[in-house]
Amino acid sequence: MSKVRKTAQAGTVESSDIMIMLAPAEAGTGIKVELVSPTMQQYGKQMINLITKILVDHGIDDVLVNANDKGALDCTIKARVITALERAGE
Amino acid sequence: MDRLRRSMMFIPGNNPGMLQNAGLYGADTIILDCEDAVAITEKDSARNLVFQAISEMNYGTEVAVRINHISTPFGWDDLKRILPAKPDLIRLPMCQGPEEIRQIDEVISEAEHKNNFAAGSIKMMAAVETPKGLRLAYEIASASPRMVALAIGAEDFTANLKTTRSKLGRELFAARGQLVLAAREAGVQCIDTVFADVNDEAGLKNELELIKEMGFDGKSVVNPRQVTVVHQFFAPTAKEIDYAQRVLAAYQEALEKKSGVISLNGKMIDLPIVARAERVLAYAKATAAKGGR
Amino acid sequence: MRNAIGREIPDIIPGLGKVIGFGGAFTRKPIGRTAGPMLSSCFPRTDKLLASIETAIDAVGLKDGMTISFHHHFRNGDKILNRVVEAIAKKGIRDITLSPSSLNTVNDALIPFIEQGVITAIETSGARGKMGRFLTEGHLKKPLHIRSHGGRAQAIESGAIHIDVAFLGAPACDRYGNINGIQGQSACGSLGYAIQDAAYADQVVAITDNLVPHPLFPISIPQTQVDYIVVVDSIGDPAGIASGALRYTKDPKELLIAKYAADVMNYSGYLQQDFSMQLGSGGASMAVGRFIKEMMIEKGITGSFGVGGMTGVFAEMMEEGLFKMMFDVQSFDIPAIESIKKNSNHLEMSASYYANPHNSGSIVNNLDAVILSATEVDVDFNVNVITDSNGVIMGASGGHCDTAAGAKLTIVVAPLLRGRLPMVKDSVQTVVTPGETVDAIVTERGIAINPKRLDLMDNLKHSGLPIMSIHELKDIAYGLCGKPEPIQVSDDIVGIVEYRDGTIIDVIRRPIL
Repeated sequence: MSKVRKTAQAGTVESSDIMIMLAPAEAGTGIKVELVSPTMQQYGKQMINLITKILVDHGIDDVLVNANDKGALDCTIKARVITALERAGE
Repeated sequence: MDRLRRSMMFIPGNNPGMLQNAGLYGADTIILDCEDAVAITEKDSARNLVFQAISEMNYGTEVAVRINHISTPFGWDDLKRILPAKPDLIRLPMCQGPEEIRQIDEVISEAEHKNNFAAGSIKMMAAVETPKGLRLAYEIASASPRMVALAIGAEDFTANLKTTRSKLGRELFAARGQLVLAAREAGVQCIDTVFADVNDEAGLKNELELIKEMGFDGKSVVNPRQVTVVHQFFAPTAKEIDYAQRVLAAYQEALEKKSGVISLNGKMIDLPIVARAERVLAYAKATAAKGGR
Repeated sequence: MRNAIGREIPDIIPGLGKVIGFGGAFTRKPIGRTAGPMLSSCFPRTDKLLASIETAIDAVGLKDGMTISFHHHFRNGDKILNRVVEAIAKKGIRDITLSPSSLNTVNDALIPFIEQGVITAIETSGARGKMGRFLTEGHLKKPLHIRSHGGRAQAIESGAIHIDVAFLGAPACDRYGNINGIQGQSACGSLGYAIQDAAYADQVVAITDNLVPHPLFPISIPQTQVDYIVVVDSIGDPAGIASGALRYTKDPKELLIAKYAADVMNYSGYLQQDFSMQLGSGGASMAVGRFIKEMMIEKGITGSFGVGGMTGVFAEMMEEGLFKMMFDVQSFDIPAIESIKKNSNHLEMSASYYANPHNSGSIVNNLDAVILSATEVDVDFNVNVITDSNGVIMGASGGHCDTAAGAKLTIVVAPLLRGRLPMVKDSVQTVVTPGETVDAIVTERGIAINPKRLDLMDNLKHSGLPIMSIHELKDIAYGLCGKPEPIQVSDDIVGIVEYRDGTIIDVIRRPIL
């Protein structure tokens, strides 16, 4: 089991990027994703599912995620989440 | 003939927008850059972005990665992270000798084996940026069968020479000449350095004329606009193609007549000229295959 | 009902009454005669000059429920429209139908007057920014009525739009009402959109900051159509009216799209001696112009005419002898304004001459090629230029569907992705231009040719360009972004999109944001 031990951030608010902020959460919180995106209606669900899946795949049970999207594609979202996880010292 | 590498375009590895569009501009090779274009605090970001980009984007062109030098804290991590995505080519900056090449070659072999990639499918190239690196250019180029090209990094090189870059480029004359000699002896391509002023098209053309004359195979670029100009210079002209075809016809004739002398228009043609004609036609064919772009 | 391109249109629309659905781009023929303004008279030695806008509003007898019109030649430098509406509101007049040739972001100031019920209906080419969002939310009493430039001219001439009073900003106006757009501090070049209004409105008020002795020349709008004149300090801000020379983009992706578009034109066979074309005013469109110019010089050919909203880029080509003449409905930048002033082969044209489908032939019918932009396109080649992917009104119909119908080669350029949103989709949010009039969609990742243009597909076969089916192009887009979820819309109709022939091609439903 991996844990997010400290807050960490990756990504920028430049066009085509996404800023991911991870913060530790108490056991039992689950994976809580807050997403702000200009494509909320079209891709909001897909993006939240993707972020959740990456965290699950890395064995994370509880974390608070704040995602500020500026039109990032899936490959960028994956890279930013993984970088944030690495920085949070899983 | 080895694949065309007339233009090798650098793309900053920490820029998602540019990574997405990297394959649009017709460069023969795109180099996703984890080194100079990326701030020290973002080296981890860049390697992850580059890994995902290579894995998911269908670039349709040769994809190279410029890793950080293995003496930095980042180089080995770059390789570890990125190799499983199967880049086509790894570019090592600031190469100082053949031992570095051998070490990286081993790591790549392990990764190929572990990921079930065809052995030897991931190529390498090295940039020399110091007098020592240049002196050992031949050894570097011969250090591994993966090596396909040598490049020169002019900014660092001229700083090392304790001079600065100029429009005429005479400070690089010896280095360029030596690089071409080393590359040809080792049987690899030689790629010239970046021309940084993207608005100076005339300056770029002057430099291209010079390096084409010197025998370079291609040039690194940083901007899509430069790609078109570079390709114009490296495409054989109709005149060159015509001459090459006639040389080969004369060669063919000599073979059929079992003559030891190849002659065209009353002049004797040596074998190196035949080899050059074959190269010109191969280039022309490869250029045409890319739709003349 | 389902109209000819499969859009669901209500049979009756509140505020509009009976609806005729779009039946095809070349199906509807008009019957009857053109409408006309009320007869008037003006005795000798009458002074048309009035003291103020307020006096003018009284003099024309403006009442609740009337329709007023304006041109948008001053773009974001316009000082007339907002001022007149404000004066009307102060007099307690309400329920006005506003019929400008288009709206700009400077007209966001009208929002309070819509909220107060001073304006209850708007007929325009488009709306942007705050106003666009406001109208999308459905605050206007009647649905927004969108028409193209040709469609507006058609509606005015047929009487479908009845203008009670036209308030026309006049850069140069003499004491008896002759007007041109090329002289004075607020010069705007061509007055193409104002010409119809002046000819068909029951009453015309000219508002000027440059009153000159009678008679002036050249004359774009004659004194015989002008009833009153009001002099104000300034009718427009020159910086907002016309920028310095508009330049083409340097963005590599836009340049790539432009190069592809120029290549399509070249291989299509239409780039020949005496060809004609329209260029837009966006950075990418103008970049196409630059590539076309290079090709023309290389091929040693010249064109017969250019058409549309004019920029310095096009004027330069004409002055260099690459085109014989220009037909200008709207002058976008200072070089274009200078050109129309000094070059006799740079002609002003009215919106009706430009694009009205119901006359004996407008100039769009003579176009060989046109380059247009889009907010979205779909697999049937339908084009949206009015709403974005969230269903919000943010663009304008302009001359889009007019030129697309008239031109032999219609090329729509757009980036395949805008951010994460795909621009090539199964179905666009709102159709402005029907697919049957669109020949090629050009993006940076691929080019799709309308399947019914077998001749084009044949000509482009050996061009080395990335030609593919529209479905393949859509798949590339969806492959990069994912398939978008459709946005939620309500049943409330906030906008009507009228095709150039008066039929309804689509409606805009209020998105649930």
